[in-house]
Amino acid sequence: MPLSTQSQGDAEQYVLVACLDNARNLSNILKAITFKDHAIFSATPNGLKVTVEDSKCLQANAFIQSEIFQEYTIKEDSVGFQVNLTVLLDCLNIFGGSTAPGVSTALRMCYKGYGYPLTLFLEEGGVVTVCKINTQEPEEPVDFEFCSTNVTNKVILQSESLKEAFSELDMTSEVLQITMSPSQPYFRLSTFGNSGNAHYDYPKDSDMMELFKCTKTQTNRYKMSLLKPSTKALALSCKVSVRTDSRGFLSLQYLVRNDDGQICFVEYYCCPDEEVAED
Amino acid sequence: MEGVSPEDNEICLEVTPENLSRALKTVQNAKAVKPTLSSVSRLVTHDVPVEVIPRRLWHEFKEPGMPDFHVSIYLPPLKTMRNVIDRMKNLSNFLVMEANLNGEMNLKIDTDLVSVTTHFKDLGNPPWGDEASQQGGPSQSRDPETMAQTRVDIRKLQQFLMGQQVNPSKAMCNIVHERMVHLILLHEDVSLQYFIPAVA
Repeated sequence: MPLSTQSQGDAEQYVLVACLDNARNLSNILKAITFKDHAIFSATPNGLKVTVEDSKCLQANAFIQSEIFQEYTIKEDSVGFQVNLTVLLDCLNIFGGSTAPGVSTALRMCYKGYGYPLTLFLEEGGVVTVCKINTQEPEEPVDFEFCSTNVTNKVILQSESLKEAFSELDMTSEVLQITMSPSQPYFRLSTFGNSGNAHYDYPKDSDMMELFKCTKTQTNRYKMSLLKPSTKALALSCKVSVRTDSRGFLSLQYLVRNDDGQICFVEYYCCPDEEVAED
Repeated sequence: MEGVSPEDNEICLEVTPENLSRALKTVQNAKAVKPTLSSVSRLVTHDVPVEVIPRRLWHEFKEPGMPDFHVSIYLPPLKTMRNVIDRMKNLSNFLVMEANLNGEMNLKIDTDLVSVTTHFKDLGNPPWGDEASQQGGPSQSRDPETMAQTRVDIRKLQQFLMGQQVNPSKAMCNIVHERMVHLILLHEDVSLQYFIPAVA
C-alpha cells in the first residue's frame, strides 16, 4: 500500500500514527462537531477525542476508539494539539468527498509532537496528497463536572423521533426549553418564537423511548444558538441520550454508526440559560 | 464561405458569448447547426449580433503561438484535478503547478495554516517534447526528473476546469518555468487552449 511505504524512515519519529481505509470514518464524525474553527485533539491509547467549544457554555466531543482505525500507534500516554478544524476537513475531503460505492480515500495521519504540524497522507485511485497542517498549543477544555451520580433525569430516545422535532424547531425562539418529569408531560421540548409557543411531547411509554429514568420534575432553558449545531450530530445518529443534572446542565450523547457499521460517540454539554428567572 | 479576399481567406467576427450560448442552448436537440452570416433556415432562425473586425485590427486577435515550453505533459483525469483544486481554493488563492518529463505532475499550495501537495504519476509526456528538443528549445536534453513550475491564480485554473462538459480526447499542458501554463484540450476537430500567466 503506497501510504505505508511513504514514511517508513520517520516511523520512529512519530508519537501518533492513525490509519483508516476510509477517511470518511473520521471526516463524517468531525462534521458533527464543526461549529467553530478550532478543535482540540486529545489522543490516548484508547483512541482519539476531538473537542470543540463555544464561549465556555457549550462543548462538543467526538470519540473515535482505537479499534475503528486500521492502524493506531501512540508512543505516549497522552498526545494533545489544536488545529483548524475547517482546514482539516478540507484536507480529509481533498478528493471531493465522493460517496460513490467502492470509492474511498485512504488516510494516514501522523504527528511528531509539540511544535510539529499534523501530517496527513491521503490516497484515492493511485493519487497521493500530502497535507501538513499547523498545530497550536492545545487549550484546556472546560470541565463541566457532569457526573453520572449527579444526574437527576435521563431518557434514551431513537433519534428518528427527535430529528423531526429539531428540523421543525422555531428558530425565532431564543431558547429551547426542556422539561423532564416522572409525571406528565414526561419529556417536552418547547420553543417561544414569533409565531407563538410550540411543544413537542414524548410520553414515557412511546415506542421511541428506549429508556426513561426521571426522578424529579425539572424545566431548563438553553440558548437556541448554542444547541443548534447539535442537530448535525443528531442527523448522523441512531440513538440519543438526554440527561440533566441537579444544576440543570444538559448532556446529549449521540450513538453514531460509521460507513462500516462501527459505533462512535458524540456528546454535547450545555449550560442552562442564566437569564431565566427561577420558576 | 469565402474570406475577405483570396489572400486573407478569413473573416473575423466578434460576438458576445452570452448571446451565442443562448442561441445554441435552444438548438440542443438539433442534428446539425450551421452558422451563416445571415441565414433563414427552414426550421429555426437565430440572429446573433456580430461585429465584423476590420483587417487592420486582425493582429490584435492573433492566436498566441505555442510557447517555448520546458515541459509538456498529459493532464490527469480532469474530474480528479477539479475535485482537488476546488478544495485547494478554500485554502489558498494561489497554486503551483509543476511537472517533469517523467510523467509526474504536482499541484501545491502553501500558506501560513497549511501546505498541501497532490502527486500525479505515470501521466505520460506528449511526443512533441522530442521535436522541441531537436530544435534546440528549452526542453532539449532536460533531466527528466527536474520539475518545471509556475505559480498561478487558482480561480483561473478553476475556470478552465469548470468549462469542461465534454470529455476531451486529449488534454495536455505545457509549462514555461515561472512564466506560464498553457493548457490544451482536443476533442475531435475542436481545440481549446488556455494561457495562464504566472503570478509573482
